[in-house]
Amino acid sequence: MNPVRRQRLLLILLLLAGVGLATTLALFALKENINHYFSPNQMTSGEAPIGQRIRGGGIVVPGSLERNPDDLTVTFKMETGGTEVEVVYTGILPDLFREGQGIVGTGKLDKNRRFIADELLAKHDENYMPPEVQDAIDKAHNAS
Amino acid sequence: MNPELGLFALILATCLAILQSVAPLFGSYSGRLPWMAAGKWLAAGQFVFVLLSFICLVVAFLTDDFTVSYVANNSNSLLPDIYKLTATWAGHEGSLLLWILTLAGWGMMVSVRCDKLPPELSARVLSVLGMVSVGFLLFILVTSNPFARILPFPPQDGADLNPLLQDVGMIFHPPVLYMGYVGFAVVFAFAIAALLGGQLDSAWARWVRPWTTAAWCFLTLGISLGSWWAYYELGWGGWWFWDPVENASLMPWLAGTALMHSLAVTEKRGLFKSWTLLLAIATFSLSLFGTFLVRSGVLTSVHAFASDPERGMFILAYLMVVVGASLALFAVRAPQMGSRITFSLLSRETLLLVNNILLAVSCATVLLGTMFPLLVDALDLGMISVGPPYFNALFVPQVLLLGLALGIGILLNWKSGSFSKLLHQVRWIALVSALGGVAFALFYAERFIVSEALAMAVVLWLVLTAGRDILDKTRNARQKMSFMASLQKLPASYLGMHLAHLGLALTIIGAAMTSGYSLQRDLRMSPGDTAWLGQYQFRFDGVTQMQGPNYVTNIGIITILDDQQQPIAVLQPEKRVYSVRGMPMTEAGIDPGLTRDLYVALGEPLGDDSWAVRLHVKPYVRLIWLGSIFMALGGLLAVCDKRYRIRLKKNKTNLKPGIALGGQV
Amino acid sequence: MKRWKLFLPLAFFLILCVLLYKGLFLENKTELPSALLNNPLPTFQLTTLGNPEQTVTREDVTGEVFLLNVWGSWCPTCRAEHPYLLGLQEQGVRIIGLNYKDDRTEAQQWLRHGGDPYQFNIFDPQGKLGLDLGVYGSPETFLVDKAGVIRYKHVGVVDNRVWQETLKPRYDALQKEAAP
Repeated sequence: MNPVRRQRLLLILLLLAGVGLATTLALFALKENINHYFSPNQMTSGEAPIGQRIRGGGIVVPGSLERNPDDLTVTFKMETGGTEVEVVYTGILPDLFREGQGIVGTGKLDKNRRFIADELLAKHDENYMPPEVQDAIDKAHNAS
Repeated sequence: MNPELGLFALILATCLAILQSVAPLFGSYSGRLPWMAAGKWLAAGQFVFVLLSFICLVVAFLTDDFTVSYVANNSNSLLPDIYKLTATWAGHEGSLLLWILTLAGWGMMVSVRCDKLPPELSARVLSVLGMVSVGFLLFILVTSNPFARILPFPPQDGADLNPLLQDVGMIFHPPVLYMGYVGFAVVFAFAIAALLGGQLDSAWARWVRPWTTAAWCFLTLGISLGSWWAYYELGWGGWWFWDPVENASLMPWLAGTALMHSLAVTEKRGLFKSWTLLLAIATFSLSLFGTFLVRSGVLTSVHAFASDPERGMFILAYLMVVVGASLALFAVRAPQMGSRITFSLLSRETLLLVNNILLAVSCATVLLGTMFPLLVDALDLGMISVGPPYFNALFVPQVLLLGLALGIGILLNWKSGSFSKLLHQVRWIALVSALGGVAFALFYAERFIVSEALAMAVVLWLVLTAGRDILDKTRNARQKMSFMASLQKLPASYLGMHLAHLGLALTIIGAAMTSGYSLQRDLRMSPGDTAWLGQYQFRFDGVTQMQGPNYVTNIGIITILDDQQQPIAVLQPEKRVYSVRGMPMTEAGIDPGLTRDLYVALGEPLGDDSWAVRLHVKPYVRLIWLGSIFMALGGLLAVCDKRYRIRLKKNKTNLKPGIALGGQV
Repeated sequence: MKRWKLFLPLAFFLILCVLLYKGLFLENKTELPSALLNNPLPTFQLTTLGNPEQTVTREDVTGEVFLLNVWGSWCPTCRAEHPYLLGLQEQGVRIIGLNYKDDRTEAQQWLRHGGDPYQFNIFDPQGKLGLDLGVYGSPETFLVDKAGVIRYKHVGVVDNRVWQETLKPRYDALQKEAAP
């Protein structure tokens, strides 16, 4: 092999190694960090895994919000299609959090199948419903 | 009449844009100079009419013309005038018009400066810009007319501007961001013109470089303005959320950064020609792709405009035509650009190749993370989201690797470097950086954080290698004059490069310090309560209610004391409720400082005068944005370099003006 | 032999386009979500907009083919479609309004000012019926048959094009169906 070709080969090998490494890392990171979405029905029925980071959403059941008087912990129920699940969250509720509105949270299920959320997102715009929540509502309607 | 005038101007602009995309191109193939020259005037005419149309929309907002549906949906008679102005680009239709105005503006600037270019090239460039314009003008006319009226029963008042957008950020963020996005259309047009003409030489690269850098500066500023805005407006204290729309602006930035560097190689060494063209096409395609993501409703995010599949279809079709055609053209014509120039494995070229690979890979990483939920959903495998940890886990190491490569690349010569010389230059720097990083992480906080040590080592490495390079470059001159005087002897683009790299170092410091050493507490506070966070004591002094122009607000008063009980600042975070939409909004209270921000946000009332309160101490968070200002200033300095002003005729004799200094990137 | 590599970006882009195209129709919000198609109208017990004392239930509205139009006085887009609905009413189309998350006085005022195309209005201040119907926003228009089953849903403004091309053919076809 002449020097030019050898150099080109080296470059290509370098490139391939880099891209391969990056792809492996990316896929690994994806596998670790994607959060599956579960509806309240899936959370209570046991389809959703306990202890894993998941996302879930629903409509905040009116009248179900309770505050812990000592700190910022709140519990409330969220539902889609008639199935309710209890949600526990410590922190400041988002601006647009309202009873009767759609929310999406990220968190884990505890042993009692309560959803311990560490992040909550709410949208109140009349024209907006988180798509996952809408989808779950649609599915619940389908089933009924 | 005013809205009709606006629509009419828009239609006229479309006609001019159609002519602009056809006439100069025809002229360039048939060799007719008047046809080619027509492009200039058509571009100017298009700009004038789009501007007129935009002014009509602004007037409709300022005069509260609620017969116009877009105005009725985005404004209100109580809205302060400045926000009536910004409401012009707050919704889909108006921001699309702003996008087109920006595009026409760049086209106009090209037409003013294109006299120095070969007539065929400038004709084709203007033609391509015309085609891009036609697509967007048709898009707005067919699917998103901002001047549509609600008749015969217009509402008495408007639905008000989304409170999130009633902010100074809204004045600057979209226009500057669009200047960046759309600016890459110019580079794109140059690339297509080069493919059409089958000619790409170092003169072409030199013409394109200032345009690329200018667009890049705007995009850098635009993104960082958006990040700063999200930081204080969303009330969460974060500065980057890996939201799909943020990613949509980051991807063209990464591709554009790669393009700037690859253009340098193309200009100096005549290498990477096909790659440069591909990057130019990719950068603008990613800008268009971002537009698609935001406006089609494919991905939901805080930024998304109300979705409409018809619009989505239109942009997708447009994307297919523009990007598909240019990539096909690239595939057919690119082989003609092959080069036979070699360089050794240890050279600036190789390191810039590494830079490009890293930037391309990180761009692909972001693309993958953004599109993966859609992919999974499309394959019906369930619904997932990709969280920030994915992006952080991959993006951060890539940036650090980029910093390492940068330091070596700066010191290496073009074509062939010497390993022993490099070793001689960097052995102390490498040692100092590594030790410095470790020492910093050891002594700054009680807990040793590996990523902080790495980040600080890379920052030291960046700064020290740059310093070493500047000392080397001024060695001879310094014997005759002062250091500052010898700095001024260096070309502006060289100084700009170092300034921008210094900006990168600052941004890395800011990001690393903020993510590693921020303190945060969410707690319940009653009037008189105090809480410690780090060395600061926060005292909650209660909440008062006030009436704003179009909202009611609860203003919290929080006094911050240092450990000697001396007051440092009194912050007034607000919780507003905007009356028309009944929408609540958090306004954070911030005491900014170069070394730390004290950041307080008001949560919800908990009864008995107590409130949920969020307290933050964010060390060096300002450096994130200061760094990006440095980057943009560096770019500006490079754009102003005299050697890009050399007239066409002199190019032949002055082909390599920077080479005597070892070349600059 | 090396040229095929240059087509890789194009191929990659085309695959991405297919994905985007699919994505566009994944949450297609103007099509009726399959959920409610051919399902009976949910039951409800609410008052009419005109009279807070008068309750309406599902049985009061069903029996004839009708359009159920979701609107609110806070929604400018609803005002945009209002004149067209007035025209439809003159043609004898039966339209029942669902006044969604609105204020009673403001809604009544608006109907007096802009004309009233509705046979009557169901007043749904909390959006309870709207929630059961899966309303995304307003305006939305449901087409309900004689048996009280939802047969079609349109999201967005009803204008001449929408009426002539999508709603009218369905409306006419349902009129011809026999009552249950």
